[in-house]
Amino acid sequence: MLNAKNIPISAWIGLIITAIFIFAAVFAPWVAPYPIGETVGDVWEPMSAKYLLGTDNLGRDLLSRMIFGARITIFIAAMATALSFILGSVLGFAAAVIGGWFDQLMSRFVDLIMAIPTLIFALVVLSVLPANIVTLILVMGLLDATRVYRLARAVAVDINVMDFVEAAKLRGEGRIWIIFREILPNALTPLIAELGLRFIFAVLFLSALSFLGLGVQPPDADWGGMVKENKEGIVFGIPAALIPAAAIAVLAISVNLVADWILNRTTSLKGGRG
Amino acid sequence: MAKAPLKSKDDLLLDIRNLRIEATIYPPGELPKNITIVDDVSVKLERGKVLGLIGESGAGKSTIGLSSMGYGRGGVRITGGEVLLNGRDILKGGAKVLRQIRGREVCYVAQSAAAAFNPAIKLMDQVIEAALLHKICTKAEAEKRAVGLFKKLGLPNPETFGQRFPHQVSGGQLQRAMTAMALCSEPDLIVFDEPTTALDVTTQIDVLASIKDAIRDTNVAALYITHDLAVVAQVADDIIVLRNGKPVEYGDTRQIIKEPRQQYTNQLVSVHHIPHEQNNPTGTPILSVRNITAAYGGGLVKVLKNVSVDIHLGQTLAVVGESGSGKSTLARVITGLLPPMEGSIIFEGRTLSPRLANRTRDDLRELQMIYQMADTAMNPRQTVGTIIGRPLEFYFGMRGKERDRRVAELLEKIEMGKGFADRYPAELSGGQKQRVCIARALAAKPKLIICDEVTSALDPLVADGILKLLLNLQKDENVAYLFITHDLATVKSISDSIAVMYRGEVVRYGPKSDVLQPPFDDYTDLLLSSVPEMELGWLEAAMKTRKMASAGN
Repeated sequence: MLNAKNIPISAWIGLIITAIFIFAAVFAPWVAPYPIGETVGDVWEPMSAKYLLGTDNLGRDLLSRMIFGARITIFIAAMATALSFILGSVLGFAAAVIGGWFDQLMSRFVDLIMAIPTLIFALVVLSVLPANIVTLILVMGLLDATRVYRLARAVAVDINVMDFVEAAKLRGEGRIWIIFREILPNALTPLIAELGLRFIFAVLFLSALSFLGLGVQPPDADWGGMVKENKEGIVFGIPAALIPAAAIAVLAISVNLVADWILNRTTSLKGGRG
Repeated sequence: MAKAPLKSKDDLLLDIRNLRIEATIYPPGELPKNITIVDDVSVKLERGKVLGLIGESGAGKSTIGLSSMGYGRGGVRITGGEVLLNGRDILKGGAKVLRQIRGREVCYVAQSAAAAFNPAIKLMDQVIEAALLHKICTKAEAEKRAVGLFKKLGLPNPETFGQRFPHQVSGGQLQRAMTAMALCSEPDLIVFDEPTTALDVTTQIDVLASIKDAIRDTNVAALYITHDLAVVAQVADDIIVLRNGKPVEYGDTRQIIKEPRQQYTNQLVSVHHIPHEQNNPTGTPILSVRNITAAYGGGLVKVLKNVSVDIHLGQTLAVVGESGSGKSTLARVITGLLPPMEGSIIFEGRTLSPRLANRTRDDLRELQMIYQMADTAMNPRQTVGTIIGRPLEFYFGMRGKERDRRVAELLEKIEMGKGFADRYPAELSGGQKQRVCIARALAAKPKLIICDEVTSALDPLVADGILKLLLNLQKDENVAYLFITHDLATVKSISDSIAVMYRGEVVRYGPKSDVLQPPFDDYTDLLLSSVPEMELGWLEAAMKTRKMASAGN
């Protein structure tokens, strides 16, 4: 079904870069030249053969920290995105199909949550709850689910009035079939487009939280936290803070290149056979 | 404007020679390729004459019509031939010539007036726009001319009609306003692109008559594009029959409809003559609709008023009426989608629950529905096998090989091969899609199938095939049909009994032979007399003899 020749160049670039990131994240302990928390050299050493990206504000190897950081960043962002999509789309579809008071209740509740600025809401919640990875994923996932809910509901409301859904209802199909077999396949295209975007927002959100000190706690570090640790160096012309920032940007672009390509494939109504 | 010197001496207005039109398509996963849409078509049109372009969808009729304005819709390219209008080749003149002729020498009347008018601008401003743009006359003159045209086209309150916005007038009126717009700049040629296809049958006849009058009075020439031979026979002097972009037959109207020389033309002419023996009611009906009153919006808008009809096993009840007469609502009430306010539905001797949610699975299985738009009635993400196989799984618990075998059987029944099971709806033609929907309904082994305008979105020949298939299946499976339609020709060919609906009420009901037997009530008379017949001069006769004005006015 998949023919390598049919994959456009942009998708190849995205796939390769994303694969490198994921590889580094999964095999971090074997790939990284030094352990994550160990001070190996001087503070802010320049790039050299020994320290490929130089060292950070405490003299730790920046490349090693980047690799371990990728692990934490991608893991938390991916889990939070997955949570928000599963929760948001299922509830959104359900609201569209069931309608009535369920729809009203869910939609007004989501409106309420969305009325509060996300970052401030997260800061308040995280300052109360113990700061660990599970709480981070839950808080980010639940907050993002409101956006996914809105999109999923809007898309599903349109599909729900199509004749084929009515035909399924006349056949006597249950809601589970209607949501997962009739609506979901037809709502996949906008959802996947949103998925790429949401994942990147999750990375940025996590970085913002870590930058403010409420995200991943030391000695672990994600890319946002590393920007924070090294931000003073910018004044002295030391690029240590820019490298994790650049990594965030590259990841954002490559993931969206892949998402665009998947989007094109799911848009085809002929099962991608051409 | 220097228009007069360009006119040639003789009466030849439009001369299309060996026209060839191509387009590039981009099939996914393949290299782009050129396809020929119109191939070697030559057409001549004299001043004041009307040429009918007729063919099925995809025959290239609109493309040819638009080429007379030098326009290729959606990226099609005119790659060969000449289009001589008033003696000069408009394909060679470039943008300047095109700008001169469009809206001045050639005007266009689109199929969907509702989509073609700008909803934010008053009708008058849109009607006179072309005349002002070409500086044919002053604004006051143009408005006076427009009012005169409104009057001629039979629009209500011609003096103030132009002050309305497009959404404030009916579909038939809008179509006539568009004709007024085309006539306003007094062009030499008007291209009518299916101007009455989207209208109700009783409105169609009014629009048709006013278009015909306007053409006669203004001595404008016209290209009349349609798929309905009976319609074009009323207005055209000559007819060209097209198929797949190639001319099939070209002759005067009398010859085409009375003595067609080509087999394809003959098929088009003889469409709708399906022999069907009327069955008489047998004992107890399978479905009785008793005194149903239904409304939308919590009782505010009553759409059905005290409707009672019976359907017998293995027979067809046709429900006829215009849009808004409540015929589709009747289907929604019977299926349980819209619980009625009063009345009951008795199916096989048991009273059906008014709400869909409370019906048993057998009730649902024995009462199937086929929709007008086969496109939206099938999930585009499911293969034909899944679409037909799901009722088998759902009602009979069939799985695996057993199910696949039954799907193959059903595909055989609808005259489609086995290879179709793996296809997606997007890979089927319009007629095939409707066949798959029929197979899906049959898979449930129903006693009654509700057919909601199942043929109205299809080309005549394809629709013919579907009707024949439905009749054959009725014989084999002994299934009853509730056939909702606005097309009386269809009704005549397939029904056993008929219910005529008007504004939510059944105005005439009985066996086909009784319903179609005079004397008629006023509405049935209007409905029957509005169906175009393939006779010359039918339109004039019909306008004279009918008893009531159409509902569109």
